[in-house]
Amino acid sequence: MRLPLLALLARAPAHGYELKQGLEQLLGSAYPQPNIGQIYVTLGRLEKQGLIEGQDIEQSGRPNKKVYRLTASGQEVVRTWFDTPEDEPRVRDDFFMKLALASHTGIADQIALINNQRRQYLNSMRGLSKLAAAEDRDNRYAHLLFEGAMLHLQADLDWLERCQEELEELE
Amino acid sequence: MKDSPSPALRAEGLVRTHHGESGPAHAVRGVDLCVQSGEFVAITGPSGAGKSTLLHLLGGLQRPDSGSIWLDGECTATWRETRWAVERRKRIGIVFQFFNLVSNLSVADNVELPALLAGASPKRARAERKALLAELGIEGKERSMPGELSGGEQQRVALARALVNHPPLLLADEPAGSLDSKGTREVMRLLSRFHERGQTIVLVTHDARLASAADRVISFFDGRTADDVALDSTPSRRPGTSGVLKLRD
Repeated sequence: MRLPLLALLARAPAHGYELKQGLEQLLGSAYPQPNIGQIYVTLGRLEKQGLIEGQDIEQSGRPNKKVYRLTASGQEVVRTWFDTPEDEPRVRDDFFMKLALASHTGIADQIALINNQRRQYLNSMRGLSKLAAAEDRDNRYAHLLFEGAMLHLQADLDWLERCQEELEELE
Repeated sequence: MKDSPSPALRAEGLVRTHHGESGPAHAVRGVDLCVQSGEFVAITGPSGAGKSTLLHLLGGLQRPDSGSIWLDGECTATWRETRWAVERRKRIGIVFQFFNLVSNLSVADNVELPALLAGASPKRARAERKALLAELGIEGKERSMPGELSGGEQQRVALARALVNHPPLLLADEPAGSLDSKGTREVMRLLSRFHERGQTIVLVTHDARLASAADRVISFFDGRTADDVALDSTPSRRPGTSGVLKLRD
C-alpha cells in the first residue's frame, strides 16, 4: 500500500480520506475496500521516513485534517518504483509440492489432487466472472485487472490439464 | 414428492471411434451423462479429448458405435438422419465455433429459415426473428450478409437461428473459439441470460472463463469424464471484498 499511496500523492497533495477514495475510484470492486485506519498508519510511517510531509489544516467545527504532500525523496522512491520491473508471478508452489510428493507418500492420489485443485480454480473463475459482470463497465482498470486474474487462472487450468495428461499416461 | 421429470438429456455408455489413416482413434470411450432440464453444463478439456465428438453425438450429427441417448426420456436409438434433422430444428438448437451461417442468405433469412422449415407462418417467423435479433443486440443488420458482420455478430445471428424455434436444449460447440475476448464476454453474457430464463445448455469449450458461466463443469480427458463438479451457486461476494488485487504492507 506504501507505493500506491506515494504514487497517488505524486499528482497532488491529499488527506487520508481522499486517498482512500482515490484508490476506490481507480480500482473499483477489484480492490478489497481500503481500510482507512491502515491508510493513516501507512501515512504516519511514510512521514517518519521523510517521504511525505503532513500539514494540519484547520476546519471550522470539525477536527483538523492533515494534508500530505510528497517530498523530494518520496518523489525519488516513486520514480524508482516505476523504473523497476516486477518479478514474474510464480507457479503455485504449494500445490506443486503436493503433486510431486503425492505418489511418493502413497497417501494421496495425483489425479484426485488435480481434480480438486481444478474445482478450486473453476470456482474462483466463476467468482471473478460475477465480479466483472457487476463492475461498472467504464472502470477500465478494474476490468483489466479482472481480465488479468482470469488469464492467470486460465493458464493455471491449462497447466493442470497438462499435468493430468502426462500423469494419466503413467497410471 | 412427485416422480421427478425425465432429464432433458441422458446418455449411457457412449462410444465412438474414428477410423483415420493412422489407425483407430478412440474419441469417446464410454460416457454416461445426465442433464436436467434448466441445467447449464460445460464440458472442458484439452483439444483432442473428444469433447466435440461427444457434443456431435448428443446432437445426432454423428452416430455412436454403441450406447444410447434419450431426449426428454425418449430413446433416440431408432432415429434415422431425417428424424434427427427434424429434431435439430425443434428440440435441439446448435451453435458452432465457425457459426455455419448460410453465406448467401441475409441475416434475416438465416434466422427465419429454420422457423419456416419447422412449419411456422412467414409472419410468425418474422416476428420471432425480430424479437431475437433485438434481444441479441443486432437489430438493423437484417439485410446484411453474414460475411459483412464481425465474428461476434455472426455468432449472435447463429444463436438467434439456434433459438428461433425455442428448442428445449441448446448445444454449443466452442461458441467463442474464434472470437476475441470482447466477443467471448458477449457470448458468455448471452448464454447466461438465456440460462437464467430456463434454457438448458450443454457447452463444449476449452475456455475456462466461458465454462465458469455454467452451473456444472465436466472435465473431459481422453474420451472419458475425469471429473464432474457443480460450481458455487452462492451469489458473488460483495464488491470491495474481493481481494483480486493484493497490495503489500
